Amino acid sequence: MDPMTYRALSFALQRLFVRIGVLPFLLVIALIVFTSLSTRFLTSENLITVARQATYLAIVSMGQMLALLTGGFDLSVGKIVAITSVITALTMAPLATAHPDATAITLTLGILAGIGAGTLVGVVNGIGVAVFSVSPFMMTLGTATISFGIALTLTSGVPVYGIPDAFGTIFSFARIFDIPSPVYVTAGLFVAMYILLNWTRMGRYFYAVGGNLRASRLSGINTRFYLFMAYVLSGGLAAVAGALLTARLETGEANIGASMPIDSIAACVIGGVSLRGGIGRVGNVVLGAVFIGLIQNGMDLAQIQSYLQEVVIGVLLILAVIADQLRQFVMLRLKE
Amino acid sequence: MTTEALASAENTGAGMNLPAPLLQAQCVSKQFPGVLALDAVDFELRAGEAHVLFGENGAGKSTLIQMLAGVFRPSTGSIRFRGQLIDLQGVHHARTLGLSAVFQEFSLVPTLTIEENLFLGAELTNHGLLDKLELHRRADDILKRLGFPLRPRQRVQDLTRAEQQMVEIAKAFRTDLSVLILDEPTASLTDREAQRLFAMVEQAKSRGVGVVYVTHRMSEIRRIGDRITVLRDGKRVATLNVAEVDDERLLQLMTGRVISQVFPKIEYRPGRPMLEISELTTADRSVKELSLEVRTGEVVGLAGLVGSGKSEVGRACFGLGRVASGRIKFDGQDVTGRSAREMLDLGAFYLPSDRREEGLIMMRSIRENVSLPWLGAPLFSRFGFLDRGSERSKVREVADRLNLQPPNIEHDIERLSGGNQQKVLLAKGLVSTEKLFILDEPTVGVDVGTRVAIYEFIRDLCEGGAGILLISSDLPEILHLTNRTYVMYRGELRVELEGSQITQDRVLANFFERAHA
Repeated sequence: MDPMTYRALSFALQRLFVRIGVLPFLLVIALIVFTSLSTRFLTSENLITVARQATYLAIVSMGQMLALLTGGFDLSVGKIVAITSVITALTMAPLATAHPDATAITLTLGILAGIGAGTLVGVVNGIGVAVFSVSPFMMTLGTATISFGIALTLTSGVPVYGIPDAFGTIFSFARIFDIPSPVYVTAGLFVAMYILLNWTRMGRYFYAVGGNLRASRLSGINTRFYLFMAYVLSGGLAAVAGALLTARLETGEANIGASMPIDSIAACVIGGVSLRGGIGRVGNVVLGAVFIGLIQNGMDLAQIQSYLQEVVIGVLLILAVIADQLRQFVMLRLKE
Repeated sequence: MTTEALASAENTGAGMNLPAPLLQAQCVSKQFPGVLALDAVDFELRAGEAHVLFGENGAGKSTLIQMLAGVFRPSTGSIRFRGQLIDLQGVHHARTLGLSAVFQEFSLVPTLTIEENLFLGAELTNHGLLDKLELHRRADDILKRLGFPLRPRQRVQDLTRAEQQMVEIAKAFRTDLSVLILDEPTASLTDREAQRLFAMVEQAKSRGVGVVYVTHRMSEIRRIGDRITVLRDGKRVATLNVAEVDDERLLQLMTGRVISQVFPKIEYRPGRPMLEISELTTADRSVKELSLEVRTGEVVGLAGLVGSGKSEVGRACFGLGRVASGRIKFDGQDVTGRSAREMLDLGAFYLPSDRREEGLIMMRSIRENVSLPWLGAPLFSRFGFLDRGSERSKVREVADRLNLQPPNIEHDIERLSGGNQQKVLLAKGLVSTEKLFILDEPTVGVDVGTRVAIYEFIRDLCEGGAGILLISSDLPEILHLTNRTYVMYRGELRVELEGSQITQDRVLANFFERAHA
């Protein structure tokens, strides 16, 4: 390649990088690498598996995104998943034994109780952060420990059995047009989040509060309320993911969701959400979650053991942050 | 630049037979992304002189001194120190050569003590361990020599702003000082503290130190300046002897216009009272027993030094900062302690003085910033969702009215010039028809063009029947735009002046402590 075309190409690549960020590049690289490593990777059946696996993380990441947008973060999402799972199972199991025929009611009550419990943790987070001005780090770390303790106490650390089969059948294994049901739930939540963030006042205020809290207050925004709501919604979304995961496992488990905080923050950051608050697009966050799912699935197929996979996720997270800094730098240089 | 200014620049620059320059910048330029902050500027400093750098915000003063202090290198041009070409590697390098700067933003670590700060990066060691005793002795020595009433072991975070500035100055004196650069050093000082600073500058001059002094206060130029260099839009306009130039001329050199072109003529038609404050005392006692009134169709000034409490009056009216006693009435209605939201809805708009901290969301677009206070209005919502189409058209209309550059309302605030950022802040008040505007330092950090635009905007609002409370430290602004002016001193109202009573002497006389006869 002669130097002129090389320079033109490099310039075009830099422009593209600044416009779309690091994620699309990572996705393309991952697709190429894993396709070459395993012939089973790029099959429709495997991609549906990826979608199913990524769906839980995608939901949690959308909640995490709200916390990040307002300039905080939510470390309790993993334990919210756990406590939702435990409460859902503990509600369903005795009801199923007592009224074996009333499955619809059992499922409804179980889901409501589980999601209610998870959301309650989010409410506590919101009160701590918005009303008492506790740092999000300490607040969500504290509630994470509390939730985990409660989940363990309720279950003595063993899985809760006795969930009606219908729960798993409907919310995990059912397929419509060959696509698993949880993917539809995620898609629905994505549309709702997209509308919330782009077409409602509340969404706009999340960005504003995270971008400049004092300016938002001077613009007449009830900043405490929106900070509070960010954590409530984050908790609520994590709880939905917890209920869906329980349907998949068909048991209530206190030990699930441990990697959710780090994975969800990684998905957001890789998707271009600023850790300083005020910036981020929900579409890219979902793509970030899909990317992480893709990596995990690809590594499974390439028979990389799961402990090593943790290393890869950590490395990717740090690389994404560095890439973001690099993007700022390239942006400044292109402006000159 | 006029040919006359050029000629006089030539005269004082080279013509006279004075000592060789201590520090010399030759044809230095600085290119930042998108702006040429400094354009081929020559500057020289002689030993033992105080050379004032004068100009508006954005004229290039800070860029020049940051270059001389080693913060960054010139894009082109050269710097000579005692005749030698130097290439400053950083602030630390400049300091070891004897070039020290005291910037407005302090470079102190608040959690460390004074002595630790003084020797930060140059700690004294003995066999690899910190020699704390020697460090303490030397720090004490420096403070005593400068006559600062500070103890070396005090923590910097416990000091007042003025005391922190003393520490910053003491830091400059730590090494063998040849050039002292002071960036608006009196901005946060009381009058007494300022006097002490001037004495110190005199002392430094007598020891052969060259002082570069950045200010835009006329009175200080006379007080300590020997020569003055005026910058405008990144270019040097003139270098003059202070004794040879009057205020009118300086102002003209700074703005590039005569006064009458800067300030529009306003037709005041005072009507009913819009804002009535009676006996207001804030909880932090920064405002004491203050009463004032703003009517429709007039521009009322609220003048005073930084820290006089004038800003806090505006804040109290907008529900920021607690009110201990007194009443605030808006359009006849008691609004004491109402929130920002309620005040906005009633028809009052407050423009904060610090647009970065309190005014704008830097990483979001013009559109989102301008519409932010009004998203709840029927205009912007449809079936409970945002009506982004009408948001776009309304914001575009307001942006056009203010002649915002660039006209693309999807631009991030971060990428706008200071003047345009200020316009966006003003635009927030134009979306709805407000009846009262409380403007706190509306022209801080903007270029002359924007300044003129903002003044015309104030005129239009006033002639349109709104009441305006103009809180300002900028004296010409108070003198030329207001029909009534209150002057505050240390939280209390000093005087109310009206019409022809508003003169520089009468306003200034009330800025400072009264001399006790």
